Amino acid sequence: MTSISSASPAFTGRDPDNRLFGPLPDVQGEAGYEEDHPARVGFFTDTSVCIGCKACEVACKEWNTLPMDDAHGVRDAMGLSGMSYDNTGQLGANSWRHVAFIEQTRTVDLPMPTFGRPGDDRQDSGRSVTDGPNDDSLATAQQSSVLNAEALSEFDPQTGQSGSDKQIRWLMSSDVCKHCTHAGCLDVCPTGALFRTEFGTVVVQGDICNGCGYCVPACPYGVIEQRKDDGRVFKCTMCYDRLTDGLQPACATACPTQSIQFGNLDELQARADARLATLKAQGVETARLYGRDEDDGVGGAGAFFLLLDEPEVYGLPPDPVVTTRDLPAMWKSAGAAAVMILGVALSAVLGSRRPR
Amino acid sequence: MTEGITTPGAGWRRADGPPAQKREKRRRRRGGGGRRGEVLMVEEAEFTSYYGRPIIKPPVWKTPDVPLYLFLGGAAGSSSIMAALADLTDRPALTRNSRYVSGGAAIASVVFLIHDLGRPQRFLHMLRVFKPTSPLSIGSYILAPFSAAAGATAAVELLGWFPRLKRFGGVVAALFGAPLATYTGVLFSNTAVPSWHAAHKELPFVFGASGMAAGGGITMAISPIEEAGPSRKMAVTGAVVELAAMHRVETEFGIVSEPYHEGKAGTLLRAAKSCTAAGAALTVVAGRRRAGAVLAGALLAAGSLLTRFGVYEAGMASARDPKYTVIPQRERLAAREAGQAAAQNGHAPSVTR
Repeated sequence: MTSISSASPAFTGRDPDNRLFGPLPDVQGEAGYEEDHPARVGFFTDTSVCIGCKACEVACKEWNTLPMDDAHGVRDAMGLSGMSYDNTGQLGANSWRHVAFIEQTRTVDLPMPTFGRPGDDRQDSGRSVTDGPNDDSLATAQQSSVLNAEALSEFDPQTGQSGSDKQIRWLMSSDVCKHCTHAGCLDVCPTGALFRTEFGTVVVQGDICNGCGYCVPACPYGVIEQRKDDGRVFKCTMCYDRLTDGLQPACATACPTQSIQFGNLDELQARADARLATLKAQGVETARLYGRDEDDGVGGAGAFFLLLDEPEVYGLPPDPVVTTRDLPAMWKSAGAAAVMILGVALSAVLGSRRPR
Repeated sequence: MTEGITTPGAGWRRADGPPAQKREKRRRRRGGGGRRGEVLMVEEAEFTSYYGRPIIKPPVWKTPDVPLYLFLGGAAGSSSIMAALADLTDRPALTRNSRYVSGGAAIASVVFLIHDLGRPQRFLHMLRVFKPTSPLSIGSYILAPFSAAAGATAAVELLGWFPRLKRFGGVVAALFGAPLATYTGVLFSNTAVPSWHAAHKELPFVFGASGMAAGGGITMAISPIEEAGPSRKMAVTGAVVELAAMHRVETEFGIVSEPYHEGKAGTLLRAAKSCTAAGAALTVVAGRRRAGAVLAGALLAAGSLLTRFGVYEAGMASARDPKYTVIPQRERLAAREAGQAAAQNGHAPSVTR
């Protein structure tokens, strides 16, 4: 008999078994599932092939019947953010997938000597120092004609563009709940509404949640949110209902470029490592995996990303840490403070003259 | 797995110029109508964000519900201890008044806590699991017996029934009183809110001491002078510890201490400090006179209340501005990398993992 536990890894002072933070090879087992539970599943979101079509957002809204809201989370309002093509704004109670749009230009830090006519560098960024290791193309460029036509037409994997468009790139990334190994929301939930599923994901039980809202500030990524008119909190379930029926989550099914890949977490991790190596070999220096490292502050994420820039550019925290990592220190401090109160009160009473 | 930190973004930046930085400065000038002599704690640091949007979600707790709950819980907790000790040392008036304060505040704090829930009718769901990782779960198991015992003791006191049960109820309440006053510090700091989490060792002391100042202040104001000696002592000690602990919170944590000085939180906390300091001084000077005791008690209670509102607002401000999330985490990453580099140079330069 599988007893499903809504309790978090128990509180221990020294945490030798990584119950509050650190890598956890068998999350479901830790949550009380028996040996034969399904493998841990997850999302690998490869933002280098995201085209920003928002099919994931639409599929998610459709499948989970999420209400409409605007870029600031106002319910049933139609509104434009006015800052980019992103009118969803953020993850929230009504948006469980959020495609971020960032338009970037490449700045040339130094006035590098150009290898074309004067003025050509205004179109081409001129293969400046920022491209450091790309020595091959630099050499080619220097050998090429005065017009530097070869360098201009060369494909740049960072922008996916040729020619003068190399100075501009679009970052698009479909953000989602990370389904952390050590989930802050799950740890702090006082009702057991949040629980770890047999797939290793984190899900809210709508009929248990009493809307205390504690999970909202506990999430280091700002994912889970309260629906104001409802009172309860909502977030991505990784389509728990679909998973139990052997289907893929709606967003991964809808994604036309396989930017969102669903599968067993260990397979996805291997695939992500290979993809990162490929991109690095192609010269995409800024590519990095986010949430892949099991030694990070949340013990690794069930939904992780391949990013082309620093996490905070996409609105992700650069070094998230599950808040309960410091909980033993907090309880100790609260205990010491409670003893202080008792001591002060006792000495105040004993130190005062008895009234006659 | 975060490569390429040495040149953040490798030269890429958002297309519409350096917006985070500029926007930040403009906002500061507009909103910075605080105090002239205010010291800017940290140099304006450069950071990137997604269109200036917050990274974490600010708490959805309602104000004034939650700050009031914290204040009432603190006052109830400390005065329940005072009631039990006064009872055992034969101070009838102080006992009675402390019981009224603790019972009334306990019941009111429960009302505020339940009102803050998104689904108040599901309050009892708090008691369906016991989770040490959730301060709110532990808090529910502290508050439930405390408010029952303190409320019942106050009611029995008022009606004059069961004199023996009174002492028992008072002792039970006193047992839960101190944890009730301090667990709220854990409640706030066990979140991703930068200014609360950073101060996780100090906040329980701030709230506990603030509770002593409030409980001592209120009970001394309404009790006969000759019996209220313990209350005066507890109030003054609480005020001193509160000021000291709050000073640490406001200065020790670099950039995340900043929200405690600025804007609404800064105003509230400056007022809190003035009230608490004045209340403590007045207790020492004029606590043995009726008017002095009443005024000092009111000042101490106001100081405690303002501290809760100020700490609450400071946390909200730190959650709303992405720089308080990004910059400390960047610094942490940089420090970790520097440490790793140093370790590699020192020990095994040829070994890579």
